[in-house]
Amino acid sequence: MNAAINAIGLGPYLFVSAALLVLGVFGIFLNRKNIIVMLMAMELILLSANLNLVAFSSALGDLSGQVMVLFVLTIAAAEAAIGLAIVTVYFRNRGSIQVEDVTMMKG
Amino acid sequence: MMAQLVFYIFTAVLLFSACMVITARNPVHSVLFLILTFFNASGLFLVAGAEFLAMLLVIVYVGAVAVLFLFVVMMLDVDFGQLREGFQKYAPLGGCVGGILFAELVLAFSHWEMAPSRAAPIAAPELTNTAALGGLIYTHYVLLFQACGLVLLVAMIGAITLTLREKATGRRQNITRQHARTRADTLEMLELDLGESVADRGGFLRPKSSYNEIAVPGSFGLVPETPTNEVASNKEKGA
Repeated sequence: MNAAINAIGLGPYLFVSAALLVLGVFGIFLNRKNIIVMLMAMELILLSANLNLVAFSSALGDLSGQVMVLFVLTIAAAEAAIGLAIVTVYFRNRGSIQVEDVTMMKG
Repeated sequence: MMAQLVFYIFTAVLLFSACMVITARNPVHSVLFLILTFFNASGLFLVAGAEFLAMLLVIVYVGAVAVLFLFVVMMLDVDFGQLREGFQKYAPLGGCVGGILFAELVLAFSHWEMAPSRAAPIAAPELTNTAALGGLIYTHYVLLFQACGLVLLVAMIGAITLTLREKATGRRQNITRQHARTRADTLEMLELDLGESVADRGGFLRPKSSYNEIAVPGSFGLVPETPTNEVASNKEKGA
């Protein structure tokens, strides 16, 4: 077990991660019209998951959790790239990024 | 004591900047606070002893993802004022959901107990964090690691396919046509009677002899030994 996390304990880490998760969820609710900020809130949620994984991995002395963080990081980067590409294409076609109008795209 | 102090400083800035990400009026400020959030999260990773992931977080998020966000926010000419119309409308609902979620999480975590028997750590403890992670990724998780690369490849291809413009914006080569082109397609032999001048039939254009100096060596004719004399003699012939 790592010395630093031994001094702090697992609890504060889980608390911070929970607060970050709640902030991310709240951000998605708050910015219902702004898809870019929604994507950023999703990044916050993934970051909270990462924080949880790192905390548990460090507390248990098992590195598998940190490997999972690596994979989550990859998925998050891919998701941001694809999401922003979709936003760019949508803006190019419609001239706005109103998320409500996306329902008009259904065939 | 020192670790706790550092932890709480990082935590405070992290939560504050996460609040600012979701409430900032200007999305550019949102992105900048997102960068601050990731910096502090990497600080928390450092405190937890995950040095490699902390550096990776800074490189991947601050170096790539946040810059991508910033690029898109600045490139799209969006009226962000009208995007905030539903701000008050959804705040109570979001507050309710967030509050319930947070209460449940705190409830769960406050009664958390580790199982007494847990698996022994896979990596040897005396290695550095990076070396231990590398040992794990390239042996135990190598297939997942490859799948990660595949995910990134798919994301790259997807992003390029989505944003590629079909419309040609510049002059492009048609490789097939260029390869199928023969000398007979473009050049014709001018039939001239004896004594008739080419100048009477409209003349013809040819590259100047100075073309040799800017052309790729060997790609155009033979280099004349005395270019100036040849030009002079050509003029004489024309006259």
